[in-house]
Amino acid sequence: MPKVHVQTRINGEEIDFLCETRQSLLEILRDELGLTGTKEGCSNGNCGACSVLLDGVLVDSCLVLAVETAGKDVSTIEGLATPSQLHPLQQKFLEHAALQCGICTPGFIMAAKALLAKNPKPTEHEVRYWLAGNLCRCTGYDKIIRAVLDAAAVMEKA
Amino acid sequence: MAEATAEYKVIGTRPIRPDGADKVTGRAIYGGDMRLTGMLHGKVLRSPHAHARIKSINTAKAEALPGVKAVVTAQDFPVAEDRIANLGEMAVNVKLLSNNVIAVDKVLYKGHALAAVAATSSHIAEEALGLIEVEYEVLPAVLNVLDAMKEEAPLLHEHLTTTELGQKTDKRSNIANHMRFTLGDPAQGFRDADIVIERDFDTATVHQGYIEPHNATALWNEDGHLYLWTSTQGAFVVQRQTAEILGLSVSKVSVTPCEIGGGFGGKIAVYLEPVAAVLSRKSGRPVKLIMSRIEEFEATGPTPASHIKVKMGVKKDGQIVAAEASLMYEAGAFPGSPVGAGCMCIFSPYAIPNMQVDGYDVVVNKPKTAAYRAPGATNAAFASETVIDELAEKLGLDPLDMRRLNGAKEGDRRVDGPTFPRIGYMETVHAALEHEHYASPLHGPNRGRGVASGFWFNVGFQSTVVINVNADGTVSLVEGSTDIGGTRASIAMQAAETLGIPYEDVRPTVAGTDGIGFTDVTGGSRTTFATGYAAHEASLDVLRQMKERLARRWDSEVEKEFEGQAERASVQITPDDVLYASGVFKCAKDPSKTMTFKDVSAQMARMGGPITGRATSQPRGIGGAFATHIVDVEVDPETGKVAILRYTAIQDVGRAIHPSYAEGQIQGGAVQGIGWALNEEYVYNTTGNMANTSFLDYRMPTTLDLPMIDTVLVEVPNPGHPYGVRGVGEVPIVPPVAAVANAIYRATGKRMTQAPMSPGYILSKLNE
Amino acid sequence: MAIVFLSAMLQPLTGGVSQVRVAGRTIRTVINHLEERFPGMKERLLQDGDLRPDIAVAIDGELALDGLAESVGEESEVHFIPPISGG
Repeated sequence: MPKVHVQTRINGEEIDFLCETRQSLLEILRDELGLTGTKEGCSNGNCGACSVLLDGVLVDSCLVLAVETAGKDVSTIEGLATPSQLHPLQQKFLEHAALQCGICTPGFIMAAKALLAKNPKPTEHEVRYWLAGNLCRCTGYDKIIRAVLDAAAVMEKA
Repeated sequence: MAEATAEYKVIGTRPIRPDGADKVTGRAIYGGDMRLTGMLHGKVLRSPHAHARIKSINTAKAEALPGVKAVVTAQDFPVAEDRIANLGEMAVNVKLLSNNVIAVDKVLYKGHALAAVAATSSHIAEEALGLIEVEYEVLPAVLNVLDAMKEEAPLLHEHLTTTELGQKTDKRSNIANHMRFTLGDPAQGFRDADIVIERDFDTATVHQGYIEPHNATALWNEDGHLYLWTSTQGAFVVQRQTAEILGLSVSKVSVTPCEIGGGFGGKIAVYLEPVAAVLSRKSGRPVKLIMSRIEEFEATGPTPASHIKVKMGVKKDGQIVAAEASLMYEAGAFPGSPVGAGCMCIFSPYAIPNMQVDGYDVVVNKPKTAAYRAPGATNAAFASETVIDELAEKLGLDPLDMRRLNGAKEGDRRVDGPTFPRIGYMETVHAALEHEHYASPLHGPNRGRGVASGFWFNVGFQSTVVINVNADGTVSLVEGSTDIGGTRASIAMQAAETLGIPYEDVRPTVAGTDGIGFTDVTGGSRTTFATGYAAHEASLDVLRQMKERLARRWDSEVEKEFEGQAERASVQITPDDVLYASGVFKCAKDPSKTMTFKDVSAQMARMGGPITGRATSQPRGIGGAFATHIVDVEVDPETGKVAILRYTAIQDVGRAIHPSYAEGQIQGGAVQGIGWALNEEYVYNTTGNMANTSFLDYRMPTTLDLPMIDTVLVEVPNPGHPYGVRGVGEVPIVPPVAAVANAIYRATGKRMTQAPMSPGYILSKLNE
Repeated sequence: MAIVFLSAMLQPLTGGVSQVRVAGRTIRTVINHLEERFPGMKERLLQDGDLRPDIAVAIDGELALDGLAESVGEESEVHFIPPISGG
């Protein structure tokens, strides 16, 4: 299958790559670009482990074809921390022990980031509703919800 | 932030885990993230039939597809011996394990592997699968335990005969094993009972549902050495099982455990590793395989569906006088369900003088079952805890009072024989009785509150820990327990406590088979307990060595002052004279002589050389874990949907090293139990195909399905561990299904005898 | 002498006897004495000179870790049970 040349922006950086039209964004991120922070859980849009932002919109990257990102902005987990500091969401996830195996964590953090960009002061129910597209099997979600609410409070003050 | 108790400086606090930054930034390398130069992608061809003979496999067209570098079948594997070996947590039949990894002459479940391809891209590998031609002779399939036990059932295995009460027989059957445990005289017990209840229960096949699929990357070097990278609960299990299947010495197999995205017992046995290895050898390149979600459901190790009969008899005063149970578990395509554990757990929360429990391990045309958190116990508790609830109701007793009256204590005997050591069951019942949740009113129609208890043994098993002292007084701790839920932290905390140094000064590393001594799986509720034990012992070894060196140093200083005098012996400084507390060594015979841990570390080179503490552990004194859960539900009478309004999980944890991670284990296990109770099941069609092989229809709980999960950590320190640790990881999954069933009963007046209690089932019960 | 509990699965060999006092300071000698009392016991409990992989021994409620060499006290309770693992 001949490859297409795609030019896009990932975490603010101009990136270009070659891909087959059948390859998902998830596959290109992980296998082509070495950005393995975005995880694969089911590859059919049901677990949210592959959540990224595409032009600020929360998407499952397993359901986006890589060619669709041409000229767009992609945000992945790798773009959140600064060289010296974790993002408040990352910090709060650690403080609240909101991760056990950690495989769902990048997806949850990206989803929470998208939520807080839209709704900086969500209620517990709103957080649960927004994050229902992300599955976690280890934590039972309790500490994840607490971490997101705490991060929201911290980000609000800043 | 919790503070250390008066007793401990580190234990009981909630520090950030050492691998935390890696995991929240996405930098941590899980098995699926592995990349090696020249790496190929592998895919596995799996049977479309639940039961069939393989008449021929033709791989020529697949091999010819450009980009394909190797195709393998059972022909590329050694012929496996029919013998039992100890290859991990349990004794395993090598032939059966190998046949599950790759089918030889029969496929025994839809999804059973029979060939594999390595190619330059996963897409090409997938295309190649479609070019492999297989001729099958389809055979009738048997898809549930009761059908499989019938005389006329199709048999899965030529040579499988029933082991009847410990004795191998000649009877060819799908019943691999019938076991029995007895205590006292159940027949007399039932005659003495005032009320007897007998009920039947059914549970469906359920998957552990870890979000990360199985993966394996193999490099079979030209020098004959096999390197494996995999997400596993136990690198040494992978090493041993792969070596056995491939006919290699373990010294030829190096396993590096990557970070792992959940296991719960399902990532212990090998599936992909031997296949990746053989593909690597044949292609001459590294090969990575990752399962798709469909393969996860169809071809890994779910937990057994089961049929369970429970009969219990009580006297009017509430004493349970007799109990009987018959547990029939689906083992899947090969024998080895956890029915034994189910039998040994089912009545364990109670002191019952007369019991008989029968267990049947039965093969069916479904994937071979594997462990799932307290394997075998959840099915059993669903049955027994529901019957106890019904008995309490008939007696007019509060269900927790029923448990208080009959609860197991130290010295009480289990049905399999041994008596309990110091345990904390009654403490969990009292904590539940006194909890605000239990006292709070539950108003409104269609609402109900249920309780249930559960027991799990926990295991000890083997761990190795090495602690290397750095010149700045920090230490590197090397261990072999893959960190699935925060154990780097809980193990480092125990070492820090024993060494008397700050938690931040302990740098834990998880090593593979080349880097650390034998360590059993992360699982079985053993890691914080047994690897922590080894960390404690290794820390004592470090301190012992430091004391020896200080004794020599301080004694040599005394030498200068007392040359040739008779009092020499009485002033000689031995290691026993060196005391240690809070980071400072002090000489008992001369308090002016002190040295800090940091100073000793800085001077190691001039005091005898590097200091490395080491210990292996295979602890006794495990004790077992108990839990009691309380749940409030609301049932929608129109849709049958059950909402969880409130959940409290109470558990005896011995001592919580890192309370957040102990809570996390309880919350996670409870929620898996809620999923098991309400929605999760393998839905099979009539030809043995699982119809719901995606997370859309294999419905696990989401954030929207749950409230916060409250936990109560009851601490009855385990006398068998230096810090009182009891394993916590598994027992939380034991009570929830029964607790939810009992709550639904109180909300609807209908007893649940089937799990999951999905909306359709509940509606059918409401409309009875 | 230690008390050996004979489970429902061993009772076919013992004619229904469920408990018996047996001399022996280790599991090895206890099993040897059991064999004298109840022929066939060794074949049930041992394989290749060691405990069968599908049998564990609990002494006073504790799992024995030293196999046949595990010591048995004067008043110990000995049980043969299925091994437990976990998930």
